[in-house]
Amino acid sequence: MAETFDVIVVGAGMAGNAAAYTLAKGGLKVLQIERGETPGSKNVQGAILYADAIERIIPDFREDAPLERHLIEQRVWVMDDASYMGTHYRSEDFNKPPYNRYTIIRAHFDQWFNKKAREAGVLTICETTVTELLQEGGRVVGVRTDRKGAEIRAAAVILADGANSRLAVKAGFQPEVRPENVALAVKEIHFLPQETIESRFNIGEEEGVVIEMAGKISAGMMGTGFLYTNKESITLGVGCMLSDFKEQKVTPYELLDRMKAHPSIAPLIAGSEMKEYAAHLIPEGGYNAIPQVYGDGWLISGDAGQFVNGIHREGSNLAITTGMLAAQTLVELKAAGRPFSAVNLAAYKRKLDDSFVMKDLKKYRRLPEIFHHNKHFFTTYPELFSKAAQTLIRVDGVDKKSKEKAIKQSFIASRSLLGLIGDAFKFWRAVE
Amino acid sequence: MHSVVCIKQVPDSAQIRVHPVTNTIMRQGVPAIVNPYDLFALEEALRLKDQFGGTVTVVCMGPPMAEAALRKCLSFGADDAILVSDRAFAGSDTLATSYALSATIRKIMEDMPVDLIFTGKQTIDGDTAQVGPGIAKRLGYQLLTYVSRIVDLDVANKEIQVERRAEGGVQLLKTATPCLITMLEGTNEMRFGDLDDLFRAARHELKVWDREAAGIDAVEMIGLKGSPTVVSKVFAPRPRSKRAEMIEVHDSEPKNLAVTLLAKLFTQHPKLEQEIAKRAV
Amino acid sequence: MSEQAKKPAKKKVALDPRFVDYRHVWVVVESERGEVHPVSWELLGEGRKLADALGVELCGVVICGPGERGRGICGEAFQYGADKCYLVQDEVLRDYRNDPYTKALTDLVNRYQPEVLMLGATTLGRDLAGSVATTLGTGLVADCTELVIDIETRNLAATRPTFGGSLLCTIMTQRHRPQMATVRPRVMAMPEAASGRQGEIVEVLFSMIETSIVTKVLEFIPDDTRDKPNLPFADIIVAGGRGLRSQENFQHVWDLARVLGAEVGASRPVVQAGWAELDRQVGQSGKTVRPKLYIAAGISGAIQHRVGMDGADVIVAINSDPNAPIFDFAHYGIVGNATAILPALTEAFKAHLAQAKKTG
Repeated sequence: MAETFDVIVVGAGMAGNAAAYTLAKGGLKVLQIERGETPGSKNVQGAILYADAIERIIPDFREDAPLERHLIEQRVWVMDDASYMGTHYRSEDFNKPPYNRYTIIRAHFDQWFNKKAREAGVLTICETTVTELLQEGGRVVGVRTDRKGAEIRAAAVILADGANSRLAVKAGFQPEVRPENVALAVKEIHFLPQETIESRFNIGEEEGVVIEMAGKISAGMMGTGFLYTNKESITLGVGCMLSDFKEQKVTPYELLDRMKAHPSIAPLIAGSEMKEYAAHLIPEGGYNAIPQVYGDGWLISGDAGQFVNGIHREGSNLAITTGMLAAQTLVELKAAGRPFSAVNLAAYKRKLDDSFVMKDLKKYRRLPEIFHHNKHFFTTYPELFSKAAQTLIRVDGVDKKSKEKAIKQSFIASRSLLGLIGDAFKFWRAVE
Repeated sequence: MHSVVCIKQVPDSAQIRVHPVTNTIMRQGVPAIVNPYDLFALEEALRLKDQFGGTVTVVCMGPPMAEAALRKCLSFGADDAILVSDRAFAGSDTLATSYALSATIRKIMEDMPVDLIFTGKQTIDGDTAQVGPGIAKRLGYQLLTYVSRIVDLDVANKEIQVERRAEGGVQLLKTATPCLITMLEGTNEMRFGDLDDLFRAARHELKVWDREAAGIDAVEMIGLKGSPTVVSKVFAPRPRSKRAEMIEVHDSEPKNLAVTLLAKLFTQHPKLEQEIAKRAV
Repeated sequence: MSEQAKKPAKKKVALDPRFVDYRHVWVVVESERGEVHPVSWELLGEGRKLADALGVELCGVVICGPGERGRGICGEAFQYGADKCYLVQDEVLRDYRNDPYTKALTDLVNRYQPEVLMLGATTLGRDLAGSVATTLGTGLVADCTELVIDIETRNLAATRPTFGGSLLCTIMTQRHRPQMATVRPRVMAMPEAASGRQGEIVEVLFSMIETSIVTKVLEFIPDDTRDKPNLPFADIIVAGGRGLRSQENFQHVWDLARVLGAEVGASRPVVQAGWAELDRQVGQSGKTVRPKLYIAAGISGAIQHRVGMDGADVIVAINSDPNAPIFDFAHYGIVGNATAILPALTEAFKAHLAQAKKTG
């Protein structure tokens, strides 16, 4: 391939499109290579779009981006086998435009986002897989693909090829991702008529609800579940650490089936038609799992760089932001006439550290480790909370003081006073 | 040598669902694809180009989003693509569609002669297999349907020989070009384009023609006006009223289930028992 | 027909005055080398009902070469219900070619003016129907599964599946004549032949100079039918689907079929996976079958498969999913693993047949 480019972006997901768009707007010649048939066809996500991140790149995205519903209510449920204890937050503030979060269907959104990138001048080719990075003396000079006419040269490559990226590992820039640092999530999309969704969730046209779940739905493993309302469908899913799946005998599908059968969830999807099923890996290692993200002629963004904030379920906004920052780094260097060397690309890391991306990840850096070694947060506590709530709420002639005492005793019996204090400390450390 | 391939962008019918209440087709999330049968036609045209040189033009009558289907065809190696799109086409049945496409091909021929026209066997949404024959008739070209193999092509003398799948056998036919070929499925395997094809496909300026640009003058022959067939009703297939009689045994042993089934079957359908007995000698 | 969210037409459209005197129901009796394709008889059976509803004649159209049993075929057509047969014989019509056949049929239509014209949806029928409809500028509905006369308008309401069978639509040709329709083999029932039934043969001269016909048939290579499956006319079929999970397991279908003297069928995913050949595919994009017994193992019963086999007399379904749609229309159902149940059935049938042999 005789034609060369300033930058090759591997991947046309959130990070890839954000990077490619920013590069093209900055006047660079960009080639974007996507292995799926269309952008988004290989992407799996809940999916929630965080307006803030995309606004910084395309301020008027609301005009023509395919958006499902804007979220006005957040429910957090701690699940026991047949019950849940939850917090709901709903506010009319979320109903005041411009809206802050939306549910989206990735297949549609990614195609729109890529169209914007192409309109900005990006050349995108699909159904093409980058098989390896071309290196000369430790410097990345291009890529090789599975198509004939195979090698393409560029001054820099941005890897935005997702959670299971092989390229950086193959090139020797990173170690293999460990199973403790990645979650396997499965989701289904269920079709329900618009009116049904709106009446079941008590929302109007275009309004949406998100339910985040944790607890017994992950069968004792460290994991979470979710349910999102789209215009005419519901997305629900569950994910657990890959290492846990390997240890336990439960399969992801079994988990999802159990979740769908939960008495609080089954009625929400009753009568629906399951349309799509997908499974994907999600980085969960957090701050401590983030690898080397730049080198001579290369940068990494998005899931490929393990940029996911698990506890807040933020991944796509980190992907968009890191893609944007990587691109800005290159645009600035090119404008200043400076090469894409590792020394210069360190500016990317500095931008990351200055942004909410690394700040948030750093804040929650202890969380994966703590939760991994304290599975009782996902089993015992939900049960305790559930029983406590039952005890308190049920009216059965027992006086309230005795009830409180019983609850206190149940906690102590289960975890011991020392254990409770320890757990509280651990939890605080995890989220501090 | 110049081949024209007519394609259609269709919803992936395997994923189509019916709204349980309104009985309409729910298209949300159903991906639009190039009609799979058309790809065999395109590959055949590309093979002829490999052999004889020349160009391949892909034509599609459809809404603006059909552009994606044309780009896909370009990425396989087609040279040029024309999208014929106009609101006036809405409601066209196969007669109106063949008129619009044949007019378009005549327009193409004003600039460059056409040696062969290819279409797929049928579409997966309409399944009628009528547009190809319609185009051939309107252009006055010979029609070769269900072609399984192009045996020989003499471009200079305008002669072609093909194998055509007929009932109970294969016809070896010879005819004059230009002619129209509908390609049988499974006759070839679509190639994997190379990077040059992909780059070209991504950068290519598609031609988008409206009715006038395509030289379609007779408006009474397109759209609803030009469609003798009219859909009077659309509905979901009526489910059979009676559900199956389920065979169950207390221990769910396959052996016992089988024996129970046979007992029920032969008691209630004695003729069936005779039928099986006489066949399985 | 465009599938772009087409709104059903509500208002009644009047018949173009040119066609007001078009009468009678015609069926093209397809034959090649003296042999009639059985779909023609199925169409005559259906055509009889339409003709009776309209109070008109049912006519067969026989187009063939000389010495290809033209008159004999007309005689058979009468037995299957035709009142009259138009017979067109000429040397140029000896092997099927689009040009002469289209001219012969359109000339016939223009001269004798039928209101309904039906053809079998075979390779020949589909090739011919499209050309004829375009030449006549009339409406053609393909692969009809149901044909009913709206007596008020004398319009033919033709129902056909669309989008792979997910939906059905009813289509009418209101302004034009003849109303053309094609029907796939085995979709309509085979009528009983009434031997001794007579009719009128109208021989129509046709001439077309061979040198004016551009397409030549160089050769006809018949298929080697020895090992070819014949599902459309099989009386017993055992079919396997994805529920069998592997190609090895699909062997159980063959084993049971052997014991029953049955044909082996397959669902589309199984054919696409390469476990069975294309000729064995049953369904919307495969064969339509009408057996006396259809055993479906590991087949979910999605509409695309259903439309190919729900005309079977007795359907037995085996599926591990109690909610599989196939149980909604099968006659008997077993919830279980097909891989285990099929061998059990094979043994049970074997034992039963051995017993019957002893006592029979």
